[in-house]
Amino acid sequence: MSERNKIMLRGNDAVIYGALLAGCDCFFGYPITPANEIAHSGAALFPMLGRVFLQAESELAAINMVLGASAAGRRAITASSGLGISLKQEGISYIATMELPAVIVDIMRGGPGLGNLGPEQGDYNQVVKGGGHGNYKCIVLAPNSPQEMCSLTMKAFELADNYRTPVYVLSDALIGQMIESVLLPDPVDKKPIPDWAIAGTAEYRKNYITSIYLDYDDLERLNLKLQEKYELIRRNEQLCESYMTDDADTVIICYGIVSRIAKSAVNLLREKGHKAGLLRPMTLFPFPSTEIQRLEKKISSFLCIELSNGQMLDDIKLSMESDIPLHFYSRMGGNLPNEQDIINKYLSVHGKTNG
Amino acid sequence: MAKKLIYGKPSGFFDTFDRRPGITHSTHYCPGCGHGVLHKLIAEAVADLGMLDKTIFICPVGCSVFGYYYFNMASISVPHGRAPAVATGLVRSNPDCFVISYQGDGDLGAIGFNEFIQAANRGENMAVFFVNNGVYGMTGGQLAPTTLPGQKTLTSPYGRSVENEGYPLKVCEMVAALDSPVYVERTAVTSPKNIRAARAALRKALTYMKEKKGFSLVEFLSGCPVNMKRSAKDTDEWIEKNVIPYFPVKCFKDIANERKPKQSPVGIYDKEKVKDSLLATEKIHPSDESELPVPDIKGELRIKCAGFGGQGILSLGMLIAEAGHLQNLKASWLPSYGPEMRGGTANCSVVLSREAVGSPLVKTADVVLAMNQPSIDKFSPDLRDGGILIYDSVNIKFDNPGKCNVYSLDASMIAKDVIGDVRCANSVMLGAFCEIIRSIDEKSFISSITNNFRGKEKVISMNIKAFQEGRKAVRK
Ligand SMILES: Cc1ncc(C[n+]2csc(CCOP(=O)(O)OP(=O)(O)O)c2C)c(N)n1
Ligand code: SF4
Repeated sequence: MSERNKIMLRGNDAVIYGALLAGCDCFFGYPITPANEIAHSGAALFPMLGRVFLQAESELAAINMVLGASAAGRRAITASSGLGISLKQEGISYIATMELPAVIVDIMRGGPGLGNLGPEQGDYNQVVKGGGHGNYKCIVLAPNSPQEMCSLTMKAFELADNYRTPVYVLSDALIGQMIESVLLPDPVDKKPIPDWAIAGTAEYRKNYITSIYLDYDDLERLNLKLQEKYELIRRNEQLCESYMTDDADTVIICYGIVSRIAKSAVNLLREKGHKAGLLRPMTLFPFPSTEIQRLEKKISSFLCIELSNGQMLDDIKLSMESDIPLHFYSRMGGNLPNEQDIINKYLSVHGKTNG
Repeated sequence: MAKKLIYGKPSGFFDTFDRRPGITHSTHYCPGCGHGVLHKLIAEAVADLGMLDKTIFICPVGCSVFGYYYFNMASISVPHGRAPAVATGLVRSNPDCFVISYQGDGDLGAIGFNEFIQAANRGENMAVFFVNNGVYGMTGGQLAPTTLPGQKTLTSPYGRSVENEGYPLKVCEMVAALDSPVYVERTAVTSPKNIRAARAALRKALTYMKEKKGFSLVEFLSGCPVNMKRSAKDTDEWIEKNVIPYFPVKCFKDIANERKPKQSPVGIYDKEKVKDSLLATEKIHPSDESELPVPDIKGELRIKCAGFGGQGILSLGMLIAEAGHLQNLKASWLPSYGPEMRGGTANCSVVLSREAVGSPLVKTADVVLAMNQPSIDKFSPDLRDGGILIYDSVNIKFDNPGKCNVYSLDASMIAKDVIGDVRCANSVMLGAFCEIIRSIDEKSFISSITNNFRGKEKVISMNIKAFQEGRKAVRK
């Protein structure tokens, strides 16, 4: 078959395909809807390839198992949703401090509290802004299709190794549940055990990994080193998709499932002659500020659409250097805007009521 | 003589403690601290057993957080109570290494009890060395789960009250009740006799780990002279007199010789094998729809399938999506979510396009396939003008408002009477869809059915027959 590598995959399953193609050695997770299919696929496919799958007793345990495997120099992944991510934050702070690579997938659901199983983006702050204690943050990738669930999971491993830092794949209930055509990427070469690992051989015996620095200056030095790393990431790793922005008057900014709906809305607006554009951040840290600053010179306003109380909105504000208007439209609780809602918001921004 | 062993640097300790900033010739433990004694016993044992290269020493949060200063081994200092989970990650990802999870009574018995007991219950190949000194040493002497009744600490200034805090936690007794652990023993690092027993016990645990026999726990009743406000000697005597009667020093379980060494998986990383295995799990049909021309669809074909749960609505959508996919269209499928699932209807959105699909959620539809009354009531108003409505007339009454193209067929009846199984009604609907849409080849639908029911030949042939009946039904 000419398109032999093209298969229909559910977003959540695609995470596992990406992990295995990236040479991931271990999956540790704890069941939670709407991330369950990741664990189900992991349970089926990791052992099939002789890799390790273990259902942990909690998210706390799962992230610490990831910490252990990563300390051993192996590639490890865990997946959960909002409330489970909250529990992982302790471990993620340690992982960031110990400068260990790790991949964490968050399939966001409605919150706060137990919330519901609908799509939401209310985890933005706890994922993008560090989330746990201390002066750290994680790289955050934001896929909007099963294809990207696969390819950005692979990229997450690469970034985690390159920068020795935890990397999130931040998605939502709908991107996790949808099935779409995916072109399976080629597997990567198995990477060697890094020289800092505690890998249980003579060569690695000298190594130790810690996150306690009693001396204030030592700890400040570590903090400064982390900040330098984040600055490097900010300069080098911004990723976004700009759609119809060249001649746009208003550019809609959104990520995840919202960006899919907004793309349809932009197409419909364009059919009627309106100059709507779309900017989709694919990295949330680093936030694509450079593209925002490029666009704001040419357009009349931004429209941020989020399934949260405006958590990404803050990052847009921090990125903007001009004072063009920044509009905001949000749904929460598992609700979604449809194309027409977005069209209406665009039109109202332009003082019009009907397309 | 055991007592002699614990003075001077044992093999397994560094000659100078270069991992320790500043003071490199002595440990940070208080004089007479049980940790200091135990560290030396462990270092010497790991060295004697030839395990220094392969062993990873896990430091908990507690006074032994800096254990890595001293052991001439790879080491890691982990979050409070999580040592057994970190150990699990280390040993599962690298089954050839040995892990010592060294934990205090607060670390193991309180904040990390779940991580501990679950690792024990999984029978992880590790040795847990549990230092029971009856207090939280590092934080200045608060109540621990193992503090004795009546014992005064900073947070039990009137003495531990069994009404308020319950009785001390008997960890060995609990672990010995589990089936997985192979070896459980409680010892004390007090008198020379007890230290000799402790030394033997930890060697046994390390040996079992080396043989990959699974989980061992050794508890060490241990002194914290500073917080017990006694001299080292008095502390040891106090333990012998008060703690040992409550926490009997003995072997609770030793069944390692009944167990086979643990086997570990061997990872497959060969690139061809990995890709082939992943593709083989997918339903790839051997026929060659991808050689067919890409269906001539203008823009997106946005489809809603809806009906009762149990009518195979989600698979109907999936069969359509996969048929398009097989013929090189971009296809998306999304099950109904949240609020839409109320009212007894299941539905899914399918979008087919030559270009990348925009929103996978179908609101305004080009095609609605409805299999029950609530579905047609709910979704037919969402059809665009000139859209296509296909419905099962057995379950539905519908007055055509005239703005769309309506096709009705007795799908359930055909499935029941002609095919002999009402569950094939969705394939009858699929046939109707194929015949009405025309742009997607029938071969693609048949492959889609074949793939979907792979391995169930009878089901495949029934559904293909149902599919053909559906085509016939709308042709007439
Ligand atoms: C999450 C968290 N909570 C609390 C603490 C503070 N803390 C440090 S050590 C410790 C207790 C240690 O007691 P134990 O495990 O008995 O070890 P010991 O110091 O007696 O050897 C506590 C509560 C911490 N480091 N982390
Ligand atoms: S406080 Fe207690 S446990 Fe900690 S080092 Fe001193 S004697 Fe040992």
